[in-house]
Amino acid sequence: MNAPIQTPFHVNQSSRLSRISGWLSVAVVVVLATVPWWLGRGQVSVLMEFFYYLALAQLWNLLAGFSGIVSLGQQAFLGLGGYVLFFACTQMGLHPLVALLLAGLAGAVIALPSALAVFRLQGAYQAIGTWVIAEIFALIFLQVQVLGAGSGMSLPVSIARQVQIGSVRRDAVLYLIALLLGVLVMACSYALLRSRTGLALMAIRDNELSARTAGVNSQRIKLMVFVATSFGTALAGALIYLAKLRISPQAAFDINWTSYMMFIVIIGGIGTLEGPIVGTLVFFLLREYLSQLGGSYLILLGALAIVVMLFLPGGIWGTFATRLKVSLFPTQRWFIEDV
Amino acid sequence: MSIWIDSILQGILLGAIYALFAAGLSLVFGVMRLVNVAHGDFIVLAAFLALWLQKLFGFSTPFWTLLLLVPLMFVLGYVLQRAVINPALTENVLRPLLITFGLSIIVQNGLLQIFSADAQKLQGGSLEVVSFALPGGLALGAFPLLMLAISVAILGGLQSLMFHTRLGRALRATSDDIKTASLMGVRTPHLFSIASGLALATVAVAGVFSGIRASFIPTNGPDWLIFAFEAVIIGGLGSLWGTLAGGIILGVAQSIGAHFSPGWQLLTGHLVFLALLMLRPRGLFPRRTE
Repeated sequence: MNAPIQTPFHVNQSSRLSRISGWLSVAVVVVLATVPWWLGRGQVSVLMEFFYYLALAQLWNLLAGFSGIVSLGQQAFLGLGGYVLFFACTQMGLHPLVALLLAGLAGAVIALPSALAVFRLQGAYQAIGTWVIAEIFALIFLQVQVLGAGSGMSLPVSIARQVQIGSVRRDAVLYLIALLLGVLVMACSYALLRSRTGLALMAIRDNELSARTAGVNSQRIKLMVFVATSFGTALAGALIYLAKLRISPQAAFDINWTSYMMFIVIIGGIGTLEGPIVGTLVFFLLREYLSQLGGSYLILLGALAIVVMLFLPGGIWGTFATRLKVSLFPTQRWFIEDV
Repeated sequence: MSIWIDSILQGILLGAIYALFAAGLSLVFGVMRLVNVAHGDFIVLAAFLALWLQKLFGFSTPFWTLLLLVPLMFVLGYVLQRAVINPALTENVLRPLLITFGLSIIVQNGLLQIFSADAQKLQGGSLEVVSFALPGGLALGAFPLLMLAISVAILGGLQSLMFHTRLGRALRATSDDIKTASLMGVRTPHLFSIASGLALATVAVAGVFSGIRASFIPTNGPDWLIFAFEAVIIGGLGSLWGTLAGGIILGVAQSIGAHFSPGWQLLTGHLVFLALLMLRPRGLFPRRTE
């Protein structure tokens, strides 16, 4: 048997551009961390929302864009996180910042039994199944008297005050947590997708049967991603309601939470790490400049979703990146022959 | 004992509404695997249009509006499918999903702007209060019975359309294998648009009947949509009788749940849906095994 002719090769995972954008991102994050000391409260609060939306969208992207799990029920974990925070603060007397972590853990734990149902379904059935699970969560919390049942509950001022750390104001602390969450979700997704597991994950998304034939334990990896994203989504939900100070089942388990994540990710470019950043920017720019239009603003949002899907099927970043062959946070591998 | 019979009978009547909501969805979901999240909002749109048409022409009952509303909704379905959904129907299910999400928020907010958030109701007249007495102190309303009959007629009509006409054969062929069907000369863009037109024609009927049955607001769409999806999925992809069965199973489950506690009505329905899906991930009567 002839040995195959082997050209020496190596595999590249980064480019000069990706190294530059990596360092540039670090610099941007450092600047963003100082924002509460030189920007007004209103702007800091908008930026806080920006980062929790970015985190939520990137987590949905990890499911739908990289793992092939289309969830319409992320509000299940978001609402659960909010409620666990309220319960832990008012009934267990925990510090709100500790309660945030507990909320994340609760999301991860509850993700396990939910996964039993979610993973038995596929495609459209899976999407509707996750929505029904979220409705079940909402209907259960609607019955719990100690959490205010249908009318919801407020977080007492004394608990809200605990969020202040030393001389750092409450809104600054919340902003910094949102920034940390957004950055961690981005960084962890980047690290995960560049790892062996990330390669397996994308192989599953592209063709599950082939991936399994190649020895990938698809169910275990998907479960891992599902649990991790539920942790992050629940933590984000806890943060959102720690900032809002008032929670109700209708608001916390509203399917619009997932609709907005879906809008941001698909408009920006699904299956890319840059897409959700672009999508969140578009979403916030529209909101800041057009929300005074009231209902017409939402009609414009709907029209934009349709127009982008018709003319830029890969989303804004997706189409741009494919045309120009650029990637700021590359998750692919370049095969290079050494000649 | 008679309380249980009553729960089940009321559940069947409730299920008939869900089946009616689901008829059009079952058709488009079965033929093109389209997850149309705007379906519920179109039902609400039909109810508001009926309200407007009745005022405009001074009809004595909202049923007359169906003469205009059914063709109108058919055209709307055909045009929307042709203009915005067909170009995005690719392997990727997320593109059409986001487009229907866009349509959903346009319809919801458009209705809010035009009709405000006030609850509205269509007046069905004396039909709404007539009922038939049954032995054992039970009573069945004439209007719910009419809805059951309409629901059976629409789903039965669509079922025979799918299985006994040329159009239905082409639709089933496209559903099985779109590429081969196109090679055989089936004009899929036109066919999909016909399917969407038919779906919205059934939505016109669903809108008028649900508008007479209870009051409605512009944001009711998603509440109705989830029941419609549950009915379709319980029944199984591509089976219209299955959708009727799915709607009735959901209605009976909700009605029995409500019997224990009003707060349990929707919860029981969702739990039964999930349990059935655990046992039969393809629904009860899927058209074919994939």
